[in-house]
Order: sequence, then C-alpha cells, then structure tokens
Amino acid sequence: MTASNVSSAGPSVPSSSATGPNTKPMALGEIPLPAPVWSRLTRRLFGHRGLTIGLCLVALAVLIAIFAPLLAPHDPYFQDIANRMVPPIWHDKGTWEHVLGTDKLGRDYLSRLLYGTRISLTIGLIAALISGVIGTTLGVLAGYFGGRVDAVISYVITTRLAMPVVLVALALASLTGGSLVTVIVLLGLLLWDRFAVVSRSVTQQLRDAEYIYAARTLGCSRAYILVREILPNITGALIVVITLEMAHAILLEATLSFLGMGVQPPLPSWGLMVAEGKAYMFFQPWVIVIPGVALFLLVLAINLLGDGLRDLNAPGGRN
Amino acid sequence: MSALSRIVSPAASPSPPSAPPEATNRQPPALELCGLSKHFTLGGGLFKRGRTLGAVNEVSLRIPRGQVMGLVGESGCGKSTLAKMLLGLTTPTDGDVLVDGKPLRGADQKALARHIQPIFQDPYSSLNPRKRIEQIVGLPLAIHGLGSPRERSTRVADMLDLVGLPKRAAQQTPGQLSGGQRQRVAIARALIMRPGIVICDEPTSALDVSVQAQILNLLLDLKREFGLTYLFISHDLAVVEHLVDRLAVMYLGRIVEEGTREQIFGNPRHPYTQALLASALTPEPGLGVPDIGLNDAMPDPSNPPPGCPFHPRCPKAEATCLETRPRLEDVGTPGSRVACHFA
Repeated sequence: MTASNVSSAGPSVPSSSATGPNTKPMALGEIPLPAPVWSRLTRRLFGHRGLTIGLCLVALAVLIAIFAPLLAPHDPYFQDIANRMVPPIWHDKGTWEHVLGTDKLGRDYLSRLLYGTRISLTIGLIAALISGVIGTTLGVLAGYFGGRVDAVISYVITTRLAMPVVLVALALASLTGGSLVTVIVLLGLLLWDRFAVVSRSVTQQLRDAEYIYAARTLGCSRAYILVREILPNITGALIVVITLEMAHAILLEATLSFLGMGVQPPLPSWGLMVAEGKAYMFFQPWVIVIPGVALFLLVLAINLLGDGLRDLNAPGGRN
Repeated sequence: MSALSRIVSPAASPSPPSAPPEATNRQPPALELCGLSKHFTLGGGLFKRGRTLGAVNEVSLRIPRGQVMGLVGESGCGKSTLAKMLLGLTTPTDGDVLVDGKPLRGADQKALARHIQPIFQDPYSSLNPRKRIEQIVGLPLAIHGLGSPRERSTRVADMLDLVGLPKRAAQQTPGQLSGGQRQRVAIARALIMRPGIVICDEPTSALDVSVQAQILNLLLDLKREFGLTYLFISHDLAVVEHLVDRLAVMYLGRIVEEGTREQIFGNPRHPYTQALLASALTPEPGLGVPDIGLNDAMPDPSNPPPGCPFHPRCPKAEATCLETRPRLEDVGTPGSRVACHFA
C-alpha cells in the first residue's frame, strides 16, 4: 500500500524543478550510456603495455603450475645416475632428451623447473593472503578508530618494521625446522607491515568522508562500515601491495631455501635448485642461471602486473 | 499488509504546512535544542591540561513541524558541529535535543535515523564511489531490514523518479553522475525512510549556481510533498532567503539573533546580522565586495573575548560590551530573540 502511494506521488509533484525525465532539459541527458562491459574491460587491460606483459607471464606461470604433470617430460624426482649434469640443448653436448639438462643427481632440469612454479606460486599467494588479512585488519582498525587503538597498532607496526625479516625468518625456521608449511606460515606472519601501513593511511583519509557519516547516521554497525563502506575503497591500494608482497615472499622463499632453512629437498624449489647448483656454478653456470632467470621473470611479471593494476585503479585512469 | 507498510514512520503523516501557529504550541516541535553545548579539548598532553574550545555554546532553538529553520554564520562558528550533534554523530557536552518531544541522549541510533536524516555539503564525498546508486539509495532500507529486496528496489526506483533522476541511474556509480545528480541521489537516500526532519548542511554550496536553484526547488517541493521539517545550514544568505521560514544567526558557537525571515531580512537587530546582510553581494556590477565594517577577523574560538563575543568587531561596542555578555532575549514579537545590549 505504501509503495503504490509513493509511486503515485511521483509524477504529481508540482514543481518548477523538473521531476520527470521527460520534462528535463538539464544535465541528465549527459549520463553516458555504458559501453559493453567486455570491450571496455579488454580495452583497459590491453591498453597498458606493462600490465599486458605482466598479466601474460603470470597467466603462463599459473598455467604451468596447474598443468605441470602434463607438461613435464620426466618425473622431477627420478634420479638417473648415468645421466648426471647433462648440459642444456643450446650446449654442444645437449640432447633433446633433457632440454634444460639434468642436475647432479641426474634429475631432469626442465621438469624440476616446471614443478618449481607450483611451489613459488603457492608460497607467494598464500603468504601474501595471510599477511594481507593480518595487515589489513590492523591497518583499518588503526586508521578508523584512531586514538589509543591507533597508538597500540602503530607500536606493533613499528616493532615489526624494526625486525630484519630474513634474520627473523632464518632464526625461526632453524627452530621449527624448514618445510613448505613452515615457510608459508612464517612469511605470512612476517610480511604484513606494508598492508598495515597502506590500509591505515588510506582508511584515515576515508574516515571523515561524508558517506561514512551518512552510514553512521543510518545506524550501520561498525563492522558494516569497516567491511562494506571502507574496505571496497581501499582494495585498489591493497591489490598493489598484494602483488608486491607476493614477489617479496617468492624471493624470500628462494633465499631461505638457498640457505637451507626453507623448502627441503627433494622438493623442486627454485631457491633450492640454485643452492644445489652453487658448487658447479663456475663450470656449469646454467645450473644456477636457469632457476635464477625463472625467478627473475616471475617476480618481474608479478611486479608489472601490480604496477598496471595500480594505474588502472587510479581515479584519473578509470575512464 | 505488505511488509513495506512498516516503512512509514509516525512522522510521515504530515501536518498541513499552513497549520496555524497555535498548533505548534499543542504538539511538541519537531526539533527542540535545549542549551546544547559541545566543547573540545585541544592539545592536552600527559601532564598539561588542554585548552577547551567551545564549538557550540548553550544553543536553544525550537523548530516547529513543517517549517524551515535557517542557520547562518561564518565558517568555523559551529554550524556543522551542531548538525553532527543533531544527527547523533557526536554526543553533546551539555544540554539535550528533543526529537518530537523525545530526548536524543541515549536514544538508539537506528530509531533516531527514522526521524532525522542528513543531506551533506559535498555530493562528491557523500556517496560511496564503489557502490551503485541503487545500493546507495536502498541502504537505509537494507540496514533497517525494511521490505524484501524486490520491494526495496521498487521503492528506490520510485524515489529516484521523485528526485528527478532517470531509471538507468540506478545501475550507475556516483562517478558517472554530475554534481547536481549526485545531490539528488543524496536527497533520495535521505528521504527514502520518510524522516520527519532533514538536516541540510550547506547542500548547495558545492554546486554550480544554475544547479543550486534546481536543488533548492526540489527540496521545497519535497518538503511540501512530505511535510518535512528542515534545518537548513548555510553561509549563503541569498540561498537562505529563498527557502526559510525562520532564521537563526550564529556567531562563535552562540545564537546571536533569531526571528522570522521577514524580520531578519527586513529589520535585523544584531550588528552582526546587519553586517552579514550588508556583505551579501549586490547584483550590480562594478560595486565590488561591499565594505561591511567588520575590521577584525573572527576571534580564536578557544580564547573568546570577554563580555559580548562580538565586541572586537562591533561598530557599536561600548564599555558594557567588554564586561557582560548580553543574553539572548525576546524583543518585540514573541519568538524573535537577539543577544545585544543595544537591540
């Protein structure tokens, strides 16, 4: 009954300011008709070269990780003692049997490299997600409530920033013993600082926006305001941090594994491959160059993706 | 009975705007401010006490149902702090607000939201840029659990139509709308729960002049339609003159003069009101900004001058003004009050 009352009230308003779309010479005509969503999206994605390259490389890495069992020519754990240290194909003694050669235990390097993508991506993604949840929660709370909450959380952030990540990770990994899960949890617990700093400062800017006041006047709960009003407006900044921290986590995993405190053999981690090859680096440099290049490309691709996403998300670049 | 009928708040049944003034005496005014104060503490540290800033001091006002009360004053005089207290965004240091005769202190924010809604100054900041217009306008209904999603979206469509927005605006984001359109969205959000009272905090000052008039006319139309009561905060006297029934002038957190529109614009009694009216730009070109005779800038609110707070800038100030603060007292017609020794 009320609804009909309202709808009948609509056109009957006697007004000098127009209230119906037909009586309106004003600015309403200028609302642009939305272009087809898909073409707009693709234009935005592929108009940015860095983003395109990053996106393609990351997509390639994800595909490799998913389909590693289908792509790998050999079992990455199979040791062929008779064929140790076979050089890659571009070398004089290279064979098509082992395109990237074999390592000191005769395991196929290409297969290990392909399987290593899984480890790097898993660690990067999960560690970044864990630290993202921790850091964003702390940062948003500090930024929105301010005062004492902010003082305490800022103290925690400063404490965390004062700790050298590699040293702390090494110390803790040596206490708990290295494994894939340990590395993920450790990095997740250590890499949240940038999330916290970024989300805190962005939230501080949004706290006094009038739409937050509007939500508060309506009686929205604090949780609603934090999750539904503020969070969607800081995701742009957070996506960039996620990519940065993913790259950071992947590099740290390689570092820890190289130092023997990360992923343990015989898992095909790229950092571990560099570590296992370091004794041969002067005479067979490809044993560390190949996983090193893979690491470099993946981190570069993720960073390009992050930069591109930031550019797309910037208010100026939205249309 | 559909679930939507619950949406109607008691204040939605409008009293006719042409009600005789006696009616306001029998029923409580829509909004009554009783000695409302808000003090902030500045720069307090662990060992030193901060200075106290009286942003709003003992403000008492009665806004009868269906009327538009204007509130004018320079920026920094406490208008927006007053609005925030009325909306329940900050708690008053002292005094209380009566909404339909019921005290605001300790009231549930959701219950309050059914009666009072805001329209903010900046339509670029008052709409969440990540939400669609349909979500923004429907938010009050969703938060208060009114109606099914389908009923809500019908209601939102009706409301958008009422404020003069095309149907497809519902699916757009604020970034796709112009300033005037955004302010229409803000109005739709404020009115969708049929509040009795709307606090308009400079709703047109961020808009182009051409759009201002459209928004003001829309506000007047909606007031007639729903029998709304407005507290219209502004620094622009031209806007206020167009709209209000009564007007209160604020200076340094206090009301210095209150009266009907005709009385204030025709016969201002307080020197500050006189200066404000003289400062309004005249339409004749070449006259420039008028000299309003206020030689000093506004004093520091955390260190207000003794006596009448206006005396350092007042052309009529005498010895008494430096010592005793004039009380806000009735002069002439009832309801017309002024705080000046010489009024």
